[in-house]
Amino acid sequence: MSPGQRRWIFLAGVAGLAAFYLWGLTGLPGFGNYPGPYGDIINHVAVAQTNATGVVSAVNFEYRGFDTVGEEFILFVAATGVAVVLRHLRKERQQKEDDPTADWAIPPASDAVRLAALFFTGPVVVMGWFLALHAQTSPSGGFQGGVVLATAFILIYLSGEFLLFRRVSPADVTDAVEAVGAGGFAAIGVSAVAMGLPYLKNFLPRGTVPGAVSSGGTIPLISFFVGLEVAAAFVLIVGELVEQTLLVRPRER
Amino acid sequence: MASTHLATVVTPYTIPAPLMDVLQLTLLVLVAAGATAVALIREPVRQVVMLSVYGVLLAVLFLAFQAPDVTLSELTVGAVALPVLLLLALAKVKRREK
Repeated sequence: MSPGQRRWIFLAGVAGLAAFYLWGLTGLPGFGNYPGPYGDIINHVAVAQTNATGVVSAVNFEYRGFDTVGEEFILFVAATGVAVVLRHLRKERQQKEDDPTADWAIPPASDAVRLAALFFTGPVVVMGWFLALHAQTSPSGGFQGGVVLATAFILIYLSGEFLLFRRVSPADVTDAVEAVGAGGFAAIGVSAVAMGLPYLKNFLPRGTVPGAVSSGGTIPLISFFVGLEVAAAFVLIVGELVEQTLLVRPRER
Repeated sequence: MASTHLATVVTPYTIPAPLMDVLQLTLLVLVAAGATAVALIREPVRQVVMLSVYGVLLAVLFLAFQAPDVTLSELTVGAVALPVLLLLALAKVKRREK
């Protein structure tokens, strides 16, 4: 096929795509207009039903809790997959501590970076836990809290070195925390079944004051476990990748 | 744009609708520019830094469009975690090249 013919086929394809795309755009609802009924219904009933003013978390951990279990296990499987793919292979070895080339690929952190990381680690840990534990108020949630917590570990890595990162997040402990997080969420669902209720039914008292610490029933509890799982999964993935940069394969030497 | 928002709850912190329109439009333009910059920059490390900036822009955009929950996720995943993973991968690749 000659280049000229190819160009015509390409142009015909682009024209067709553009036509369908523009046609699709004209059918979109106007800016800020929500056509579906579910969002409006949830907005009206969610706070009264769950006593959680963080409606996003109420939706995530109660109304569509079953979907969220699936999503949590997607992250769990992803972290497991990274750990399996990046496992130590035969003849791979850790770089020696006294290796003169040890820090040329990743230069040591500057004082400014170390100070900033040191300064932010504490507040980030507090914020992460606050978000994960206060799913019944807005804005918050286990996923957000978990990734903020994981960021604290990344800050530790930035401020010091890999050894410190590993000392505050040993691989075994991280694995266990991730398993507890993922298992805890599933176990809450099973507990509901054991009481003769549907899976993940909110079986705890929902309190009387909307958005209070004691309100929301299982919503903040599930959020706590999701926070554990997400934080551990991110720390595990980052840790595996950091280790990869330190690994030396036989033929690289 | 802000005039079409559902409930009109007015608090001491409510930003006037025309100002909100300007803010949202500015952010939309900035996000489009940021995404284009990420695609156009060829040097990988600079590209990752721009990706992080783009993550911050997206996070602020979500905040301006009343999605603070998504802002928190985008800020940590898009502006921190993803760039860190990419930088680590780049460090590994560069080491092997030498």
